[in-house]
Amino acid sequence: MSRPPTTGRLVWILSLGSLLLLWVAAAALTDPLTLPGPVQVLGVMGREAADGELFHHLAVTLYRVALAFVLAMSLGIMIGLWMGLNRSADRFLDLWLVFFLNLPALVVMILAYVWLGLTEVAAILAVTVNKVPNVVVTVREGARALDPKLAEMARVFRFTRWQTLCHVILPQMAPFLAAAARSGIALIWKIVLVVELLGRGSGVGFKLHLHFQLFEIDAILAYALAFIAVMQIVEWGILRPLEQRANRWRHA
Amino acid sequence: MTALDIHVRAKRFGEDTVLQDLELKVADGEVVAITGRSGVGKTTLLNIIAGLDTAFEGTVSPGPADRRVGYVFQEPRLLPWRTVTENLCLASRIGPAEAERWLRDIGLAGEGQKLPGQLSLGMQRRVAVARALALRPAVLLLDEPFASLDVETAVEMRALLQRLLAAHPTTTLLVTHDAAEAAELATRNIVLDSLQGPSPTV
Repeated sequence: MSRPPTTGRLVWILSLGSLLLLWVAAAALTDPLTLPGPVQVLGVMGREAADGELFHHLAVTLYRVALAFVLAMSLGIMIGLWMGLNRSADRFLDLWLVFFLNLPALVVMILAYVWLGLTEVAAILAVTVNKVPNVVVTVREGARALDPKLAEMARVFRFTRWQTLCHVILPQMAPFLAAAARSGIALIWKIVLVVELLGRGSGVGFKLHLHFQLFEIDAILAYALAFIAVMQIVEWGILRPLEQRANRWRHA
Repeated sequence: MTALDIHVRAKRFGEDTVLQDLELKVADGEVVAITGRSGVGKTTLLNIIAGLDTAFEGTVSPGPADRRVGYVFQEPRLLPWRTVTENLCLASRIGPAEAERWLRDIGLAGEGQKLPGQLSLGMQRRVAVARALALRPAVLLLDEPFASLDVETAVEMRALLQRLLAAHPTTTLLVTHDAAEAAELATRNIVLDSLQGPSPTV
């Protein structure tokens, strides 16, 4: 952030350029069926966009990501705060946490689909269950790092529970919540694709599955690139600004 | 009239007994300075009075639930993410206009929109004093209000406290390790060691 912006931008352009160049070179060395070049992939992307397919499946996937994200964050924050602030809760739930942290994502998905059928509920639930433990770990860390001196101040000055939460606890938790949100988005969108691939009839994951069966590499790359672009917009347009706002007082 | 009747039979931290057979009656409007070497339990005594420390044998009456306590901690303990005015309004339950009056009283007029981190330690501590007094507390607790201030700032702080306590007479307990500064502010001075043992001086 303290680097002069022109140097940073130059490195960024250079970096992107080399990646593209590498792609073009690799595509030239192989045949277009194995690794299509950027022009071909962009062409497919344009075609899918023109008939509305691309935006439809992107929107469906984004909706699933958003829903699972909100659910996982809410649950994770509640459990994480509870475990961070209450020692017996922490001792009791720690084993559960270890279990769910180490439970492979694929197992959760398969079980959800077996128990609940190939339904939307099962898909969202599987993603949420996969993400909650990570949020819990980060939020618990934040709750443990809360300043006891400010908590004493709030007690002496008789802050209400709500005031303590809004003015004392949440501002201290902000960096941890931002970290949980950041890694949450990154993990969830990857899991959502797998969930869609295994048992949904729409979404980017479903399209990837379809084109995999037809060995259409250009379409696979087109959807992957489009989705990466969308997630970067979410990161830069929503997550970063929120994080900066929450941390404004630090730079005062 | 007795504003505060403290009787601590024993306060222990693990194996160590910090306070023992301590009896202290504070009259209404009195400013009591409590001195004593470090580790003797001065801050612990304030925490007991404030109701922050309840793990002790003995009684404090009236209990912390029945009286308002204004506590000026050793560190200012302002919320770093709220402006000075927001800190005052939130903790002391006053409006912005009254907060501004308090800021003028402590020589920080116009600084209300700043964050605590933008103020010096001396200024932050003045805000902490205003926060405690604006609550109109039954008991004001001051824990080393002059610690880690340079000589000049400490003199200013002492003058400010004298002025504020004259304007808002409040029963006050002032903890310090400096007997001289205690004598200047207090109506009564107590050395904490002398409170302990079978024959307490009051």
